[in-house]
Amino acid sequence: MTMTEPRRAGGQLGPVTRLTVGWRESSSPVHLATHVSRYGPVPSFARASSLTEEVTAAGLTGRGGAGFPTGVKMRAVAAQRKQGVVVANGMESEPASEKDEALLARAPHLVIDGAVLAAAAVGADQVHLTVPGNKSWLIGTLRRALAERARAGLDPVAVELHGLPHGYVSSSESAVISWLNGGEAKPAVVPPRPFQRGVGRRPTLISNVETFAHVALVARFGAAWFRQAGLPHAPGSMLVTLSGAVRASGVHEIEAGTTIGGALALAGADRRSRAVLIGGYFGSWADLTEAAPLPLAAGPLRQIGAAPGAGVLVALPEGTCGITETARVLAWLAGQSAGQCGPCMFGLPAIAGDFAQLARGRADSALLERLKRRLGTVAGRGACSHPDGTIRLAGSALSVFAGDVRAHAAGRPCLHARAPFAQPPVLPVPANRERA
Amino acid sequence: MNRWLHVNPIACTGHGLCAEMLPELIRLDEWGYPILPADPVPPDLLPLARRAVRLCPTLALRLDREPG
Amino acid sequence: MSSQALWYLTRATGVVAMVLLTVTILLGVIGSARVASERWPRLVTAGLHRNLALTATALVGVHIITTVLDPFVSISVAAVFIPFTSSYRPIWLGLGALALDLLLVVLITSLLRDRLNQRAWQAIHFLVYACWPIALWHALGTGTDTRLRWILIVYAACVAAVIAAVWWRLTLASSRQLKMTCAAAVAVVTVLTVIFALAGPLQAGWAARAGTPPALLGLHVVQALGARS
Repeated sequence: MTMTEPRRAGGQLGPVTRLTVGWRESSSPVHLATHVSRYGPVPSFARASSLTEEVTAAGLTGRGGAGFPTGVKMRAVAAQRKQGVVVANGMESEPASEKDEALLARAPHLVIDGAVLAAAAVGADQVHLTVPGNKSWLIGTLRRALAERARAGLDPVAVELHGLPHGYVSSSESAVISWLNGGEAKPAVVPPRPFQRGVGRRPTLISNVETFAHVALVARFGAAWFRQAGLPHAPGSMLVTLSGAVRASGVHEIEAGTTIGGALALAGADRRSRAVLIGGYFGSWADLTEAAPLPLAAGPLRQIGAAPGAGVLVALPEGTCGITETARVLAWLAGQSAGQCGPCMFGLPAIAGDFAQLARGRADSALLERLKRRLGTVAGRGACSHPDGTIRLAGSALSVFAGDVRAHAAGRPCLHARAPFAQPPVLPVPANRERA
Repeated sequence: MNRWLHVNPIACTGHGLCAEMLPELIRLDEWGYPILPADPVPPDLLPLARRAVRLCPTLALRLDREPG
Repeated sequence: MSSQALWYLTRATGVVAMVLLTVTILLGVIGSARVASERWPRLVTAGLHRNLALTATALVGVHIITTVLDPFVSISVAAVFIPFTSSYRPIWLGLGALALDLLLVVLITSLLRDRLNQRAWQAIHFLVYACWPIALWHALGTGTDTRLRWILIVYAACVAAVIAAVWWRLTLASSRQLKMTCAAAVAVVTVLTVIFALAGPLQAGWAARAGTPPALLGLHVVQALGARS
């Protein structure tokens, strides 16, 4: 097979090719025949629970950002009395993330294999694949892939493709389920959890598309194989999107637990960069010297208050004002609130406003005090974790860019924070029209 | 028996009657939305807490047997 | 209790219930507009709204019981709840039955509020805006005292208060379409009510036109003058 064993230079974890077989050679979607020749046919299992046990033994965790153990989710859905539903979530609302789009565009069959296999394992009779509705080219690719599989009579369950309204909060599990149930793509209050009551009030296994791709490989090659990459407590491989002060931004596959410095080096990171955004806009800033030796895994990153999230790493170019970048992202995040809960609806714009003032160097004397107070009151008081993520990002900016914060607050903003010296923005921010 | 005050953040529209009824435990943030204590309701304030739950115009406030 | 006493009770409780229901509506409007001050917090509005509504309902209960018990006019228990089925002034009494039905629906749904979803409860609660004018028309059409000046002043004050409150509340609403629709409805209903009052109960011979059984007609005039055996 053309998958590689992890290449470890000097014992360090590094890149690996499992999901990304053939990606370097071609960026077109893989046809079914090529897919089968690369990975082998879809395996079958004597017992439905065998795959769940294998996935549990492999230690696969969700690749959508929450990192929940997939085997536990599968077991929970299978244990419910009602028949389940599987949702492969490809919404990917993190603007700085491209891995799900790349995976679906180039290896759709891996994702669909995994979702269908998981459906059989948990006793579900429906599979839904959710992607942003405005990506018509991606929908076209996926339709063609599904048609190929239908012609080959491959899938014992119906797989439905859905294009959802694309907003930051519309990719959360409860928002996707709410939309599939005929409502809006807005988060709902969370008990009950999807595995208890989700699509059509049925137990729902909802996971990121990359997670299902890994399931497809674990099904073929087993838990032991999966664990040959990565760390004992963070096994397997993961897709990351690297951007910012790098020579070649894009999606890479690395062993889980590869150091942040090691990952950024794969994209040719500029050594002068001093800060990195870990996990996306739902993540946090970190000082690059501190973060570079840390493995990109949940446990080690917790010490610096960070998490791998959806595998996004953005290296801040040297000389770019972190406060200005953050202020811009916060304004966008505030606009992306679903507008359902007061603290988020009012708190986020207030915080974004404070940050914007800080960025422009127009802080009033009470601003920092007010900002810190607001960061304290908003978190945890919404129906979803959107405000919590925004708070985390803002708080991390205040601590990582503390020196700049003091200067800005004193009325001396960075040279590059003001036109005509402003540099082009680094962190991508879609037009705010794209809302759930 | 311990009870905890929780609010359904989507149903809550910041009327603020709960904070009027139970200022000892509930205060409003600068936008009029309630900030609830993490600790269980002291037994002597339970009757007032129950009235606050009944008074909520959108039935967003609850008294639960579980924290968090 | 003599028939006379029952009759006075019916009339008195009717008028007072009307006033209390009017105040209840005003409190409801104030509550929904989130009006509050240091000395008049939201809970006072909410508490008064609830208590006055219950008091008004209790008075309506006495109003109905005294009516049914009064031997002078025969109104069956069924006619109390099923509109337009009484032999005495079927339409105007029937409106009272209809108002009662609406009031009971609103009351019961509010008492059992935690079992309903918010949107359903709210939609039903708005039925008070139908219940109240219907009760007013019932009062105008059935009421013995309709022609008395001070009673008319009381009714006019109730109408003015509700119109003012609703108008003010509408100015706070965000939807222009909603404002226009409601304002139009209020204007139309008010005009029709005034026309009806002037052309109907305030004209001589109303009792007959309203459907009072002929046997009672003569006696009715005598009673209105206070002489009764």
